[in-house]
Amino acid sequence: MLTFLGQRLIQALIVMFVISLVAFAIQDNLGDPLREMVGQSVSLAERQALRDEMGLNDPYLTKYSRFIVNALHGDLGTSYFLKKPVLDIILDKLQATLELVFGAALIILFVSIPLGVYSAIHPKSISTKIIMTLSSLGISVPVFLTAIMLMYIFSIELNWLPSYGRGDTINVWGWETGFLTKDGLLHLILPCISLASIMLPLFIRLVRSEMLEALGSEYVKFATAKGLSLQKIYYQHALKNTMLPVITVGGVQIGTMIAYTILTETVFQWPGTGFLFLDAINRVDTPVITAYVIFVGLIFVVTNTFVDLLYGLINPTVDITGKGA
Amino acid sequence: MSLLEIKNLCIEYPSRHGVHHAITSLTLNIERGEIVGVVGESGAGKSTIGNAVIDLLSPPGIISSGEIYLNGEKISGLNNKEMRKIRGSKIGFIFQDPMTSLNPLFTIEKQLTETILANLDVTKEEAYTRSISLLEQVGISEPKLRIKQYPHQFSGGMRQRVVIAIALSAEPELIIADEPTTALDVSIQDQILTLIRNLCIDKNVGCMLVTHDMGVVSNITDKIAVMYKGELVEFGNTKEVLDNPAHDYTRSLISAVPRSDVKQHRFPLVSYIEDAEPLPELDIKTHWLGQSETQREYNGALLNVDNISLRFLTKDSFFASRREYVQASNQVSFHIKEGETFGLVGESGSGKSTIARIIAGLYTPDEGNITFEGINLSALKSESERRPFRRQMQMIFQNPYTSMNPRMKIFNIIAEPIRFHKLAASEAQVRQIVHDLLDHVGLGRLAGLKYPHEFSGGQRQRVSIARALATRPRLLICDEPTSALDVSVQAQILNLLKDLQEELNLTMLFISHDLPVIRQMCDRVGVMQKGTLLEVAETEQLFNQPAHPYSQHLISLMPVFKGLKINQK
Repeated sequence: MLTFLGQRLIQALIVMFVISLVAFAIQDNLGDPLREMVGQSVSLAERQALRDEMGLNDPYLTKYSRFIVNALHGDLGTSYFLKKPVLDIILDKLQATLELVFGAALIILFVSIPLGVYSAIHPKSISTKIIMTLSSLGISVPVFLTAIMLMYIFSIELNWLPSYGRGDTINVWGWETGFLTKDGLLHLILPCISLASIMLPLFIRLVRSEMLEALGSEYVKFATAKGLSLQKIYYQHALKNTMLPVITVGGVQIGTMIAYTILTETVFQWPGTGFLFLDAINRVDTPVITAYVIFVGLIFVVTNTFVDLLYGLINPTVDITGKGA
Repeated sequence: MSLLEIKNLCIEYPSRHGVHHAITSLTLNIERGEIVGVVGESGAGKSTIGNAVIDLLSPPGIISSGEIYLNGEKISGLNNKEMRKIRGSKIGFIFQDPMTSLNPLFTIEKQLTETILANLDVTKEEAYTRSISLLEQVGISEPKLRIKQYPHQFSGGMRQRVVIAIALSAEPELIIADEPTTALDVSIQDQILTLIRNLCIDKNVGCMLVTHDMGVVSNITDKIAVMYKGELVEFGNTKEVLDNPAHDYTRSLISAVPRSDVKQHRFPLVSYIEDAEPLPELDIKTHWLGQSETQREYNGALLNVDNISLRFLTKDSFFASRREYVQASNQVSFHIKEGETFGLVGESGSGKSTIARIIAGLYTPDEGNITFEGINLSALKSESERRPFRRQMQMIFQNPYTSMNPRMKIFNIIAEPIRFHKLAASEAQVRQIVHDLLDHVGLGRLAGLKYPHEFSGGQRQRVSIARALATRPRLLICDEPTSALDVSVQAQILNLLKDLQEELNLTMLFISHDLPVIRQMCDRVGVMQKGTLLEVAETEQLFNQPAHPYSQHLISLMPVFKGLKINQK
């Protein structure tokens, strides 16, 4: 266990180092941050002085080493536009994004597993055909289209649900949550559905195919020959085996969902990290961009490690203490 | 009243291409306390009978006519809910592969108690006590500890014991065992069969034993049912049927069984089964196959294996002292003379295949040397130096289903080594050689246009042999070449190997866990256990007077197939 975590830590450090190199390298190619920061009236000489002061004229390695040293001290830089430490900004916005992803993950979990299992158990029923058709349709519709359609139907035509923002939130131990107010929950519904719509068809299909495989296995046949009830065979023997690959894929996809909330957050004006990132790009707010890219890398590393640990707990044949073969 | 009565059973598999009749008009009875062996080729419908009895036919199979009675009550055509009351509690089922019939994610306790709770009216505590006593009955030591473990912590034989414990857990009246020992070693096979036999006698339980192993049938069954292409061609007392087989197929099947008592030159009478066409004659002396380019004068043994050791890491650790290894081969030494067949025998995990792979150059040994015709292969540095020796040693693998690229045509599968080693002058010659090879292994040149999946297991193994011959090898390494095949097909493949060996003066390393097969094929035999070579002896001497206690033990467990009058003709 400790060996496993140790190896993972070393791997993570290498990955984070490479990401930081790449993220920092793009800084120079994004445009001139000064054009956005200062007005027309500032003269060229003053701009040059400002550049020197900000360290923008230093060679790449100097800038990079300064950045790494600061980052190791917990300082990822200061936003040019918001004039606040980047870390604080991201952590502040992260709460909104995590709630959005959490809601979407719940939807995926509680929709994809029942639908996938149902369509595997009844492969020939009409409902299965409808589910499979809708899921292939769902894969091909882009998220911004889903989001705009949902907004048009439920916010504009029916006027049931709000179309932008987080609504009322309350502060619970420093965490701004929208899950505990009625208004906050209403604001969560549409963005969560939109975000879930990207992954949902994929997961329905994954659960279905894994379940079909489990149902065709010898141990399911043996379980039937033992005289067990269909419920036990389906929901214990087959489902538990189905969940192993679903967890692996799911873990990776959660990372992806946190990282790519950009489209959903933009359409719904959701004040999360994705929205922040888009703003930062428009303003050439390079410290925010760099920090965000590194931060996303970190999320991937952490979720993948977590998934591997979880997998080892569920599957007794996997021993993460380091036994080979 | 019989325990199980099957009357005029017909099973059909309807498909787009018409209806396949898996079983036609089968009538069979099983009494209490009796073991009925069901034998036949794969695809003859042996397993289908058992599956039909507990209504577990794989779709789209259906019972088109006929009835099945258990204790006089009709059980065919019951609905799912009624059938569930029969499964487990009245009929216990044992599957072939203990590696896949247990759910890997649940403990043995869970899988045992859930069966008991589903079939008997007991409390959880009673189910647990019962599970413990069942595990004791099937010979699992420390049941209280082991019941908490997962299937992967059990060996194959132990898992099959667990499967048997589960099948017996609700005291069924009938046990259907579908090839219960095929996946197991000979010593474990013996234990499992004795266990089933004793259970049938002690508890007065009837048993349908589906198997392709005639040795097993002759040893433990009371009656025998011979299936051929979905029909029951013979049914009767085991001894009578084996002594006086009435049907041609039965006779052919019996003659295909490798005899454990006497070495025969060839297997007689196997032609009944697969319509193998007569081989077109090839003049080996003038043919490409007979001309070897690197034939040089050498008088010593063709292959010398000298003190080979290899260990595999089983538990990695940062600290060298805490790493764990398994010794796959331990100071193994033997030699093979030109034109000889050398057998390696031992249980699974004894390191037989490891030796084969080391010789073929697929593994590098930790220590020791492999010498081929006086040249030390371990000393060769580059791949280009090794290549001529790779050409002269070819392997035939155990599983003909996975050892060929499914996306390549047979022609290209066989032509690939010829092209790679640049053994033919022109593409036209390559074509000629491949066609001759296909003819020679009895497949016919048209087979080259097909893909591997279009062939049966026996035919594919013929392709493997043709592919191995395509480099004009001098040493053929056969790693369990027939253990995935039916006995009759096995007899044909072994005949083919023997013929080829005589024609081409091939040297063979023949690896098998099947002692009768070894006896038929080999001149000298080495016995392996846990990576160590215990004994090397002439075949006849080993079978008549084994020197090492382990060899004696192995040979005493060999299922002896008795009463074969026709073989003496």
